[in-house]
Amino acid sequence: MPAFTLNGAAVAPDLPEDASLLHALRGPLGLSGTRFGCGTEQCGSCMVLLEGAPAYACTLSLATVAGRSVTTVEGLGTPAAPHPLQAAFLAEQAGQCGYCLSGILVSAAALLAANPDPDEAAIRRALDPHLCRCGSHNRIIRAVRRAAAAMHGATA
Amino acid sequence: MSHGFGAALPAEDGRPRLPGSLHLNRRLSQWLEFHADGRVTLKPGKVELGQGILTALSQIAAEELDIGFGRIRVQSAATPDSPNEAVTSGSLSVQDSGSAIRHACAAARAIFLSVAAQRSGVPLEALRVEDGAFLGPAGEVGSYWVLADSGLLETEASPEARPKPPEARRIAGTSVPRIDLPDKVFGAARYVHDLRLPGMLHARVVRPPARRAVLQSVAEGPLPEGVQLVRDGSFLAVLAEAEWQAEAAARIASRALWAAEDTLPEEATLAAWLREAGGRGEHSLVLERADSAAPPAQTIRRSFHRPYIAHASIAPSCAVARWEGEAVEVWSHSQGPYNLRADLAKTLRCAPEQVVVRHGEGAGCYGHNGADDVALDAVLAARAVPGRPVRLLWSRAEELGWSPFSSAMLVDVEADLDAAGNLLGWRSDIISNGHSSRPGRAPEPTLLAASMLAEPFPVKPSINPPLVGGGGAQRNAIPVYRLPNLHVGLTRLLEMPIRTSALRGLGALINVWSIESVMDEAAALAGADPLDYRLRHLDDPRAAEVLKRAAAMAGWAGRVKREGFGMGLAFARYKNSGAYAAVVAEVEAAERVFCRRLWIAGDVGEVVNPDGVLNQFEGGAIHGASVALLEQVRFDRQRITSDAWETYPILRFSEAPAVQIELIARPEAPFLGAGEATMGPTIAAIAAGIQDALGARPRALPFTPENIAAAMEAAP
Ligand code: FES
Ligand code: FES
Repeated sequence: MPAFTLNGAAVAPDLPEDASLLHALRGPLGLSGTRFGCGTEQCGSCMVLLEGAPAYACTLSLATVAGRSVTTVEGLGTPAAPHPLQAAFLAEQAGQCGYCLSGILVSAAALLAANPDPDEAAIRRALDPHLCRCGSHNRIIRAVRRAAAAMHGATA
Repeated sequence: MSHGFGAALPAEDGRPRLPGSLHLNRRLSQWLEFHADGRVTLKPGKVELGQGILTALSQIAAEELDIGFGRIRVQSAATPDSPNEAVTSGSLSVQDSGSAIRHACAAARAIFLSVAAQRSGVPLEALRVEDGAFLGPAGEVGSYWVLADSGLLETEASPEARPKPPEARRIAGTSVPRIDLPDKVFGAARYVHDLRLPGMLHARVVRPPARRAVLQSVAEGPLPEGVQLVRDGSFLAVLAEAEWQAEAAARIASRALWAAEDTLPEEATLAAWLREAGGRGEHSLVLERADSAAPPAQTIRRSFHRPYIAHASIAPSCAVARWEGEAVEVWSHSQGPYNLRADLAKTLRCAPEQVVVRHGEGAGCYGHNGADDVALDAVLAARAVPGRPVRLLWSRAEELGWSPFSSAMLVDVEADLDAAGNLLGWRSDIISNGHSSRPGRAPEPTLLAASMLAEPFPVKPSINPPLVGGGGAQRNAIPVYRLPNLHVGLTRLLEMPIRTSALRGLGALINVWSIESVMDEAAALAGADPLDYRLRHLDDPRAAEVLKRAAAMAGWAGRVKREGFGMGLAFARYKNSGAYAAVVAEVEAAERVFCRRLWIAGDVGEVVNPDGVLNQFEGGAIHGASVALLEQVRFDRQRITSDAWETYPILRFSEAPAVQIELIARPEAPFLGAGEATMGPTIAAIAAGIQDALGARPRALPFTPENIAAAMEAAP
């Protein structure tokens, strides 16, 4: 029963060590925000932050995350207290089916933590591991820029 | 989104005509319900596919009822109570459902107001509605909420109901934010994939190693504890308490023994196979006219080819099913709950009433994907454990390898020009598998597993809906340009080694591209600019307007040739009866071709949600760029080999073009739909941009370095 920190709280899901973090999140931990898309690190739907850095939950074993800290989209913010990125995605209406958004949001959060003022090319690079089939790319890029501006206190 | 062949046009049945789906679903209570607490439930039969339809329909309802938008809750479609609106497809949702809801709400409003007038003695003309309250000169005399339980909606919609005039609209026509987006941004459990029912088991299908392979025997050896195997003929699935166990068990069970044969054509010679199989196909005439006997001065002859294309939705298909006695309940992201119900019942050889289908959202749906197939898989797996819900999720490999595909196609075009270089005649021949094998329409089920059962159903070759229903392979095959002589023929293949069905745009993708490509060649022969040449062959002012607008946005007239870059322009009116879209593309020819910018002008008639239309237009354009530059289903003689994102790449963030869109406002005009309009012209504009950059016109999709090199060699 590997223990780790999930969105700030200690958890120990009842699963074998070699089970994936994604199964633990969507199963016993009851957080469905992290999505399954391929299981092979090729789409980014399952992206979470491991110690603040983007990581594919579909291939991360519970043994690997033991003792470490994981952030999922649910840990970014809530409707009552949204992360600036979540507010910006709503303001830009950045998404269609929305299935890709959870992973994109956490990658974008890691980007903005490392680079508070990324240009468009940096955003595209940071989001390149993520597939969006609905063609929401440009809105998503605008939303990340809007969030960056909001986090500076500047006007978006 | 919403793609393919939508609701069949209701036959003339002698009843007064009601708009859209209201004609066949006439009771107001089927569409809406008022509650004493000040809320309204809206019950469309169309479903959310990621296209924002529920938001647009709520806007229409709030508008006609004169209530605040926030009072509306949308109930997802489910059999048997929702209005039967067939399939959410063909960019017809606002036409079918929006028109129905607009009329139903206008009718409901009139009924409630007249009751309030009667009861209060205030004349009808002196009453108005403000956020659901009925106000007379002396104040409130009633409301929807007070009268909620009076059964006033248990009646048919009156044909006399009069929706508001366009100039009175305040909510419809504005960019209300999507009602589903907050859940998606906060990671809420919004999708069928997230459904967790008490006692639910997890299931996976064990797929054969080849198409049409027959299961000989299940592997010897123990499965993990608590895992159950379900087999019916060549359908094999595993059931387990936890998802990780189901996955592990599926891996073990995949060591089953199968008898496999070569059933697929040779990929390298796919175009030749299409032509050969076309010789054995079913030929039909799409349209013919001969108005001029003038001899052509020159003739352009060209052939165009496209491969099979995959839906490639970001989420693999998923369904949950639960049997109770002889009845089964299914949660599905199908585009058509009633159609799915019909095919499930046929497969199970039971009455449709024994099956309940509830819609839940999936990831983006661009046509007839695996959603219906996985629903049958879940039903078959759940039959082994009556009373327990079973969630069955496809793998990425199943999603990319076993969903229906959009058919590979060949189009031959001959265009005759007169001495002035103007179009005189056009002959085209299309060879393709059918573009629809949607459930619910044929005597036999079309669901994937139905052909794998111990008592299997045959797989019939897909069909093409008739042109009045939008067509399939022949969609957009008739040029909208002025043409004295025209002959469009269609060959439908009667063999279907790879299962095909509707995907965004259907045949329009290759038809628009081939028409626009030949138009550019004709313009070049006539010494005319591609824009001017099109304009001089267009009689429809709305078509001319979008073309001129897109050209102006892109600075077409003043464009300057840049080394390694090219610009192309294209136009289509989707289905020749839907939305107008003109696209200018800028491409860069580097180690491969990239689409850098798109300028798009559109006319979709009345717009319910402008931001939603922009989102759909842009999504379709980026989807089109992906198909144009990258997409191609790969296979060997036995199986689909492009069953991972590595082997079926789609456009990424680093490659997505910048997109600028302008819509021409037409609040008085009928809805034309938006989801599919930009894809065909985007592909065509990129092809034209490649010609401008490299001097070669691509003849085969996708526009990869290999296919472009082949076009350069073939260049005259
Ligand atoms: S599900 Fe992990 S990358 Fe696709
Ligand atoms: S919004 Fe549908 S995949 Fe990105």
